[in-house]
Amino acid sequence: MIKAVNVVKIFSGKAGVVRAVDGVSTEVARGEVVVIIGPSGSGKSTFLRCINGLESFTEGHIIIDGVDLADKKTNINKVRAEVGMVFQQFNLFPHMTVLENLTLAQRRVRRRSKAQADEKARMLLRKVGIAEKADEFPSRLSGGQQQRVAIARALAMDPKVMLFDEPTSALDPEMVGEVLDVMKQLAREGMTMMVVTHEMGFAREVADRVIFMDEGKVVEVGTPEHFFTSPREERAKLFLKQVL
Amino acid sequence: MKAADNTWPWKVLLAVILIGVAAGTWGAVKKIDYQWRWNRVPQYFAYVNEDARKVPFDAEVVVVTDKGEQTVVTVAGAGSDKKEFTVDTASLKVKKGDELFAGDTIGFVTQWNLGPLTLGLWTTLWLSAVSSFFGLILGLITGLARISKNFTARWLALLYVECIRGTPLLVQIFIAYFFLGTVFNLSRNVCGVGALALFCGAYVAEIVRAGIQSISKGQTEAARSLGMTAVQTMWDIVLPQAFKRILPPLSGQFISLIKDSSLVSVIAITDLTKSGREIITSTFATFEVWLLVAAMYLLVTSLLSQLVFYMERRLAVSD
Ligand SMILES: Nc1ncnc2c1ncn2[C@@H]1O[C@H](COP(=O)(O)OP(=O)(O)OP(=O)(O)O)[C@@H](O)[C@H]1O
Ligand SMILES: [Mg+2]
Repeated sequence: MIKAVNVVKIFSGKAGVVRAVDGVSTEVARGEVVVIIGPSGSGKSTFLRCINGLESFTEGHIIIDGVDLADKKTNINKVRAEVGMVFQQFNLFPHMTVLENLTLAQRRVRRRSKAQADEKARMLLRKVGIAEKADEFPSRLSGGQQQRVAIARALAMDPKVMLFDEPTSALDPEMVGEVLDVMKQLAREGMTMMVVTHEMGFAREVADRVIFMDEGKVVEVGTPEHFFTSPREERAKLFLKQVL
Repeated sequence: MKAADNTWPWKVLLAVILIGVAAGTWGAVKKIDYQWRWNRVPQYFAYVNEDARKVPFDAEVVVVTDKGEQTVVTVAGAGSDKKEFTVDTASLKVKKGDELFAGDTIGFVTQWNLGPLTLGLWTTLWLSAVSSFFGLILGLITGLARISKNFTARWLALLYVECIRGTPLLVQIFIAYFFLGTVFNLSRNVCGVGALALFCGAYVAEIVRAGIQSISKGQTEAARSLGMTAVQTMWDIVLPQAFKRILPPLSGQFISLIKDSSLVSVIAITDLTKSGREIITSTFATFEVWLLVAAMYLLVTSLLSQLVFYMERRLAVSD
């Protein structure tokens, strides 16, 4: 489904050169849930953003469903339509109602009729448990509700993969659960997911595989049992001691 | 004690100051012995014109048909010349059977005509509206060019903005009229609108640029991550949000434009200001006319402010 080969992303700014992602290779199978963890600044977000082309990478290949993002002929908009992304800051469109947030891209990108898009949107809002908020503006919603709308908005495009970049980090603690529940349900339904998170409980419960990154590199990969009980690498042990 | 109770001394003070200013002005004007003639002013908005209807040849009145307010008079000349005239019944000077000589008056037709102040206001309004429209389009394009990735577009936009903002509008109007107007054979209205639109566009461009840049990158990223193109993202996501934010400075710019449009009177476009000057040369009612012209500008700009205020409240529903 997703194959990353030796991906390198170099930022060169005034402060110097940063190898934010430094030779990451991994493969994600259809229906697999992969959780990426690691300390701050380890390149998790950057790697995730490379996968849907929000960041262009310096070297390597990312192949999604047989399409290589490094290929200049690839239509990145087509790829993005198949790869849903959920952001830490929700990034709902504040000038549109919840329903319009969900239907805009369906109509513009998928060319669905208004009726089709509305129906799909209402179905997804029911699924994430906020059907009654369809005609509200995002600013009237709590953080947890906004993030669930954001997930529904990504799902409305019928993506093949969903990427989550710390979806619960901006939420008040009491709202984390409702968002994680939606994500768990998605995982059970067989959605292919890559999740950057600090929620170790989620990783343990849902992940098929855990990737631990540090300084732009993949340091350790394994099943949750393996990773949380007997990590091999020192850095992974140190990190787990801090977060658990 | 209620908070509102504290404001009344300040209200009194405000009233005292305003009355003081008015009284001072009044006294100063009294001293120079100025003859106020406000009664002459209404005719510059609209006036009644009495137009005489005269027979062009020697003739006899053959038919007089009274139609209430108006009367239709038919005259017959020596040959088969026949002519009908419609005049106000009150001003009718002939009756059936009268022999008339060429040039005799049959009666008058009264007509309401718009005065120079009304016509000038109209010119100012359409001039401002047309220039604002083109200025907005030009500003939108230039603002987008300013932040585009294309080097040429970016620099063209920057040069345009800097040139316009670095020179006086009056000089730009002169250049538009005496240089460009002569070279390309343009009418004075085209030159006036063109100069105002170019001027307005440069300022709108900076407002648009700042507005677009004030929308968080997350908005663009969210839209792009859904597969929307850069153009769709700009049109559906960024511009609507930016527009809401730039509405106040944008309306300020258009209000400025209405006022700045008074400068086109230097190339003999008869806008409100030029009409005022023309009236003064024939009446010497200097004080009245300039005060009135100022009041008319003020009326137009405050109506526009009110409209924008209303739009802002309408757009605030999503906050
Ligand atoms: N646009 C950018 N320009 C320059 N440097 C950047 C940029 N984005 C990220 N970086 C740098 O790349 C490195 C990796 O950042 P990244 O955001 O991917 O880390 P992260 O693992 O997601 O961290 P966090 O857990 O804090 O979100 C950091 O050193 C960061 O400073
Ligand atoms: Mg991050």
